[in-house]
Amino acid sequence: MKLAFQLAYKNLVGAGLRTWLNVGVLSFSFIVIIFYNGLIDGWNEQAKRDSIAWEFGHGQLRNAGYDPFDPFTILDGHGVLEQKQAENLTPILIRQASIYPQGRMFSVALKGIDANQTTLEIPTQALRESTAAMPVIIGKNMADAAKLETGDEVLLRWRDKDGTFDASSATIVQVFETNVPTVDNGQLWISIEKLWEMTGLQGHATLFVANEKYQPEQIPGWKYESQTELLSDITDIIATKKVSGSIMYLLLLAIALLAIFDTQVLSVFRRQKEIGTYISLGMTRAQVVGLFTVEGSMYSIFAMTVGSIIGIPLFTYLATKGIAFPTASASRDMGVAMAERIFPVFGIQLILGTILLVVIAATIVSFLPARKISKMDPVQALKGKLQ
Amino acid sequence: MKKIFALLVFSTFTLVAQAQDANAILDKVDINLSSKNRVIKSEMVIHGRRNSRTVTSQGWSEGDDRSMTEYLAPAREKGTKMLKLDDRLWIYSPSSDRIVQISGHMLRQSVMGSDLSYEDMMEDRKLQEMYTAKVTGEENLNGRKCWVLKLDGKVEDIAYQSRKIWVDQERYVPLKEELFAKSGQLLKKTEMKDVKKVDGRWFPMTMIYKDMLKDGKGTEFRLLEIKFDQQIPEYVFSKGALKK
Repeated sequence: MKLAFQLAYKNLVGAGLRTWLNVGVLSFSFIVIIFYNGLIDGWNEQAKRDSIAWEFGHGQLRNAGYDPFDPFTILDGHGVLEQKQAENLTPILIRQASIYPQGRMFSVALKGIDANQTTLEIPTQALRESTAAMPVIIGKNMADAAKLETGDEVLLRWRDKDGTFDASSATIVQVFETNVPTVDNGQLWISIEKLWEMTGLQGHATLFVANEKYQPEQIPGWKYESQTELLSDITDIIATKKVSGSIMYLLLLAIALLAIFDTQVLSVFRRQKEIGTYISLGMTRAQVVGLFTVEGSMYSIFAMTVGSIIGIPLFTYLATKGIAFPTASASRDMGVAMAERIFPVFGIQLILGTILLVVIAATIVSFLPARKISKMDPVQALKGKLQ
Repeated sequence: MKKIFALLVFSTFTLVAQAQDANAILDKVDINLSSKNRVIKSEMVIHGRRNSRTVTSQGWSEGDDRSMTEYLAPAREKGTKMLKLDDRLWIYSPSSDRIVQISGHMLRQSVMGSDLSYEDMMEDRKLQEMYTAKVTGEENLNGRKCWVLKLDGKVEDIAYQSRKIWVDQERYVPLKEELFAKSGQLLKKTEMKDVKKVDGRWFPMTMIYKDMLKDGKGTEFRLLEIKFDQQIPEYVFSKGALKK
């Protein structure tokens, strides 16, 4: 076997440009596979981390009448929880309202949140510390859409529990930056105490966000969504992205493998005398097939080496500096949590998995043409007669 | 002391008399404006930022809980129908051939870009049922002598906590109305014009609605034809009539 590796190495190095072309294409595929998957994994981790920090916490206890995908349920989907049951939970009450920046009407979700909460990263301390009569905080996307800035006053119109209109001027005390559009787009955050006072819905909440100490329990009229369930949408999006991306890099890999396959077919055809010599020197047909297969699969070893030389510094750089995504804000408009800069994650599992994929695939495509050797007549092969 | 007592008694009586007057005025206004049913043909002029557009419609309504509206023009809106039964509202759009129920926050959206929300169009309870009235003064409006009435909500489930209306002293028709939020913020203003006698009652043929929180010139609602107490077939107020 050692001989097979030595011979394979010498043959490949001896083949010169042909080898390096194959290795180049294969190492490019190797880098692209790792890069793409690393990027998607990085996005996945960032989206999950941000969604947990800004929206989901360690789970959510939602009023049974509330469905986040059905705005019709906001009106009645709220209730009161006993103080003991609400321990380790941050209440959020959602009401629908309108704001009138520069005389234009904007429908918004007015979200009341406990100003003392620390479960979510929403900067509610700004609500606590403000001296304005009606302090509110908004996300950057919302601020851009409504053309509002910190310190601006905007007329807010809402309805109380009986449906009676009320209106007052609200002060934007902070514009926060977040990658999670579901706490930003079309939303106004206000202290829940203030919202209770405004609507007369004292003690009511649409949902509660759990912190790490919360122990889920069955509460009639409420349904608990664990962190995993809440993150399943992101997981699904990422899985779809992975599949769609894999088509691209599998095509690239297929081209590289086709090149190896062609090279192998050509080798078996052109090196018949060599094959005959090996057999006449005492090698079995299987050994010769093994030799050619090792030679083919060695392309992948070379590709790994070249890929590592280029990839390690490149991936290290990308993982530390991140990749800027100018289209991130457009993605956020569509409701996908995406940062302006994504830091790819190149896990050991990904790298080993890719190595295994490339080596096995290269070995298989090398073996297929080499099988022909086992049917060769060594005498004819020695004579160099075409078979 | 006696004088003060007499003054107090007098002002109490004046207030009671005023309240009664106000309620009597509201009664007469309700008589003028409400009917068993009505069939109207109207046009709504919606003033946008750049241009204005006119929407013509035919409407059938019965009391304050059943109404059907069919849009006749422009071509884009033609055939669109709106059915209101109690507090539910359905819209039929011929382009999609679908009936959609409007509820929740959608009811607060404006109707075809106008200053009227679906909710505004749906609300037509009698003023007497919702408010206690008080005459706060008299004013001349477009050459007509009016009482100025302040209405304060007496029930909880009303959209506007208070209203101010200017009622023509001779015809008992409101000529102007202002709607306020609980905080006292003016939300909407309506002006009524072209008061005509139709079937023995005075009725404003033009109404100009203005959402005071929004920029713009408001929405003009003109009645081209109005008939009271007609025989309206029952099927008109059914969901089946939406697709016909």
